[in-house]
Amino acid sequence: MIEAHELCKRFGTVDVLRGLDLRIARGRVTAIVGPNGAGKTTFIKSVLGLTRPDSGTLTFDGVQIGDDDSYRARIGYMPQIARFPDHMTGSQLLALLRELRGSGAVVDTLAEALGLRGDLKKKLRVLSGGTRQKVNAVAAFLFSPELYVLDEPTAGLDPIASGVLKARIQLERENGATVLLTSHIMSDVDELADDIIYLVDGRVQYDGALPDLKDEMGQSSLERAIAAMMSRRVAA
Amino acid sequence: MNIVMTVARSQTREVLRSRWLASYALFFLAVTGGLLRFTGGDARTILSLASVMLFVVPLVTIVFATAYVYTAREFTELLLAQPVSRRRLFFGLYLGLSVPLIVALLAGVCFPFLVYGFDDPSQRIMLASLLGAGVALTMIFTAIAFCIAMWCDDRLKGIGVAIAVWMLCAVVYDGFVMAMVAAFATFPLERAMLVVTLANPIDLARVALLLQLDVSALMGYTGAVFQQFLGGAIGTLVAVGALSLWIAAPVGFGVRAFTRKDF
Repeated sequence: MIEAHELCKRFGTVDVLRGLDLRIARGRVTAIVGPNGAGKTTFIKSVLGLTRPDSGTLTFDGVQIGDDDSYRARIGYMPQIARFPDHMTGSQLLALLRELRGSGAVVDTLAEALGLRGDLKKKLRVLSGGTRQKVNAVAAFLFSPELYVLDEPTAGLDPIASGVLKARIQLERENGATVLLTSHIMSDVDELADDIIYLVDGRVQYDGALPDLKDEMGQSSLERAIAAMMSRRVAA
Repeated sequence: MNIVMTVARSQTREVLRSRWLASYALFFLAVTGGLLRFTGGDARTILSLASVMLFVVPLVTIVFATAYVYTAREFTELLLAQPVSRRRLFFGLYLGLSVPLIVALLAGVCFPFLVYGFDDPSQRIMLASLLGAGVALTMIFTAIAFCIAMWCDDRLKGIGVAIAVWMLCAVVYDGFVMAMVAAFATFPLERAMLVVTLANPIDLARVALLLQLDVSALMGYTGAVFQQFLGGAIGTLVAVGALSLWIAAPVGFGVRAFTRKDF
């Protein structure tokens, strides 16, 4: 669904992406992992057209991401930081997004599942960080898009909400949606991801199916598999 | 167009509830009310109000707007991730910031006048030109604020630049003009002064106003030059045309910066 080839991006004097080559397959959950500053968020922002790469190609369904904005109607985005205007309520936020998308018919069962009903009428400012993050999640799942782009979706959520969200991600995958997510919580990645892309310093270190990575490293958990991969690289 | 209005409406509702904006409206309410009480609502009222406005409107607008654009940064990213063009989003955000500032200014100034009443009809024209200048300055400095916030990523630095721009236009520029006049006192400077006036939106608004109030000889060198060279009607036209250009230019730069920025 998404293909990047020789993708480069430089911010000032820092090379954030240094020739990224990867493919994100349709109908699968792909997790992008890697240390801080590896380029995960920059790649996600490039997919959304928020950041423009300096060189290389980045395509969505074979079409170069660039001046046409309509492809974003097929994406639901959950940003890492949920900050909203001070006086806006959750309902107003969802209404605004509906108007911008020009789509009225929406089933937001996620709000109910997360126990948000009453909180949507309150100003987002007075909600706790975790509750705001729930609203943020509801906004991403509102339009049943083909592609979900989730930047650290479970960060800051309590275990129950985190479980609800993960179940929803799995349900969307079963219904044929593609999911691209980043996370530092390896157990979540282990649970959700089909494919894994490991980024270090703006380059792809590993790109493949999650079970293959574990097999290759002879480890049962993702956390150990990645640790093993890193130490093997250092040794080599 | 629809998307522009949707974004503008949503943000206008948000900004109108800001406490800073309420203080801004109350400030003009108090100043206008006080001036009307003490000067009795003649041309002097408008003139005093004009000097306050020419000073305060650019300052509050540029600082408030710059700070707001930084505060709304994450939310702007969420909006940018929707299927909307950056161009439309920019105009929505720009209107959603300049319209509430204009509403606060108009409400603060007009309310006391409505309560106090007008002495003679000519005053209405004077008040209308004053408000027109206030609206133009708000639109200019909101657009400059967008340019500043797009240009530098650091919030504190951006607000510093905003204050510096205001200082340059409102304070330093006059000093520069005076120094120039003193240094080249033996040369005919009239045409140069015209150009110099057109290059500063606050000076330009002042001249446009003074031409309208027909008291150009009272305040400032540049106003007298305008009156002498261009006469009433043409001078006003030139000033209004130049003010429109002053709105269009930073809006144009703002669109360009916004559509090219990496968020």
